[in-house]
Amino acid sequence: MKLQKVFARPASLAEISFHFCPGCHHGIVHRLLGEAIDTYGIREKTIGVPGVGCCVFLYDYLDIDVCEAPHGRAPAVATGFKRVLPRNVVFTYQGDGDLGAIGMSEVVHTANRGENITVIFVNNGVYGMTGGQMAPTTLLGQQTTTSAFGRDFHRDGYPIRMTEMLATLEGVAFAARVTLHNAAGVKKARKAVMKAFEMQLNNMGFTFVEFISACPTNWRLSPEEATARIDDEVLPYYPLGIYKERKSPDYL
Amino acid sequence: MSERQMMKGSVALAEGAVAAGCRYYFGYPITPQNDIPEYLSVRLAEVDGVFIQAESEIASINMLLGAAAAGARAMTSSSGPGISLMQEGLSYMAGSELPGLAVNITRIGPGLGGIAPSQGDYFQATRGGGHGDYHVIVLAPNSVQEMYDLTIKAFELADKYRNPALILADAILGQMKEPVLLHDAPQRVPGKEWALKGAPVGLPTKRIKSLYLKDDEMEKHNWHLFRKYSQMREEDTMVEADLDEGMEVLLVSFGSCSRMVQSAVRMARDRGLKVGYIRPISLFPFPGDALREASEKAGKVLTVEMNTGQMWDDVRLNLAPGCSARLLARPGGGIPTPGQILEEAEKMIKAGDEVAKSIC
Repeated sequence: MKLQKVFARPASLAEISFHFCPGCHHGIVHRLLGEAIDTYGIREKTIGVPGVGCCVFLYDYLDIDVCEAPHGRAPAVATGFKRVLPRNVVFTYQGDGDLGAIGMSEVVHTANRGENITVIFVNNGVYGMTGGQMAPTTLLGQQTTTSAFGRDFHRDGYPIRMTEMLATLEGVAFAARVTLHNAAGVKKARKAVMKAFEMQLNNMGFTFVEFISACPTNWRLSPEEATARIDDEVLPYYPLGIYKERKSPDYL
Repeated sequence: MSERQMMKGSVALAEGAVAAGCRYYFGYPITPQNDIPEYLSVRLAEVDGVFIQAESEIASINMLLGAAAAGARAMTSSSGPGISLMQEGLSYMAGSELPGLAVNITRIGPGLGGIAPSQGDYFQATRGGGHGDYHVIVLAPNSVQEMYDLTIKAFELADKYRNPALILADAILGQMKEPVLLHDAPQRVPGKEWALKGAPVGLPTKRIKSLYLKDDEMEKHNWHLFRKYSQMREEDTMVEADLDEGMEVLLVSFGSCSRMVQSAVRMARDRGLKVGYIRPISLFPFPGDALREASEKAGKVLTVEMNTGQMWDDVRLNLAPGCSARLLARPGGGIPTPGQILEEAEKMIKAGDEVAKSIC
């Protein structure tokens, strides 16, 4: 009987172990990017721009050209790339502090210009690399190393829903929130990444995918407990779904 | 376009960028540099270029970083406060070895300050300006012709060293009109094998980065950058000198202020005084050797600046031993007149060495 290979590492994902902690979802996001790059055969024209944080080592894992950006500025750097190389595929890969705090201005205006790039947004509700400080997306009551008594809206304001906010902008072609904590979620996440890249290839404008992710290390939970927390606490505040999907290039 | 034509400094600078093959501009409005983006928003459209009005100077410099990493000649322009916001990006560009041009048509600082001409951003420009161990190449024009020529030169040097370059000028140079001779032939943009354009099949992928966490990596990187700055000093220092046999005082000035000094030198010579004049054109690398030689001949050095004395630090670091030095400074938007400069120069000539030393 001849065996057929039905599951393999994407060709554009390097054959090395991730540095990510056990139970972290960054590895799945990397894999989904690798699958999308393979599917569309765009390894030769894709440029990745990671933000600052756990995602900065993107160049160690994806076999594509990669340029670092200052903290929060990846959408501006990607804009520079895309304007010089409009036929290339350009994506940023940013965490919640990078995109929702220090880089809020850059992502909003890049989206508003309808830059034909894809933004990959990994929302795990904490600053991971710096050791678990409160992020703009940290839930109310959530303890972090800078909100020891739990996030209090009187002092810290409310967690920001980036996908909903960006979906209101005319320049945005696609905005979706997906999760990675179960198989059904990963399947939908894969579709969202594929859609975002496909729309970029079709010059549809700015595409945005938010991934609800676990950071068991900084949540002080086991990977299993972290998965349960996503169901119990995170998804009720950050509902999944496609918030915007334009059917044609800029229609205004 | 080989005939001389009357042109505003900001427009000449913009035309210099176009002649240098720059097709990408990213910027944010701020007085007194708005002529540059306004002009380029039209001019770049004529040459199939890209003009983006960014949401901030932070975004502008990072768009420049991305365009530079993609291999293009690209630029931004601003004034003091905006250039402050760009320091993060300039540090990343220097660390990632990316060429590009930033133009500072300075305001008076600190803070919101004022919009009249000033040279108060000398330290920010020449000391790196942002975090870490680096320099940007700094060129300081003193005429509309140089706004054109040095912009082209700045792109060439930025590419030669894979390092950001900065034009330091002010509203006098940006706003005044003078005859300019534009070059006929457009400059050739060199190939950049390090640029990211997507990795062809079979070839390794490339990275542009400034993060080095492993043991010794960062030290090695910083020594590599240091060697580039040393090479700049050896090969690309630019200076204008008008020395006089037997000169009794040497005048040192840069940028718009040096035009007043040039007038003072003419007036002094009409009166039979022996004076010399030296103008650093590249502020980094600073022409220390030329200054040392000239100061040795003169013995007395008068520095004239539109700040409280910033280039004066570099002057004093590079004087021949035993020289006496004095500063004429106007830090509030006012311009030292040729008469004032001449008066100071005469005082120094008349004073004995001891007296001249005691003044400073």
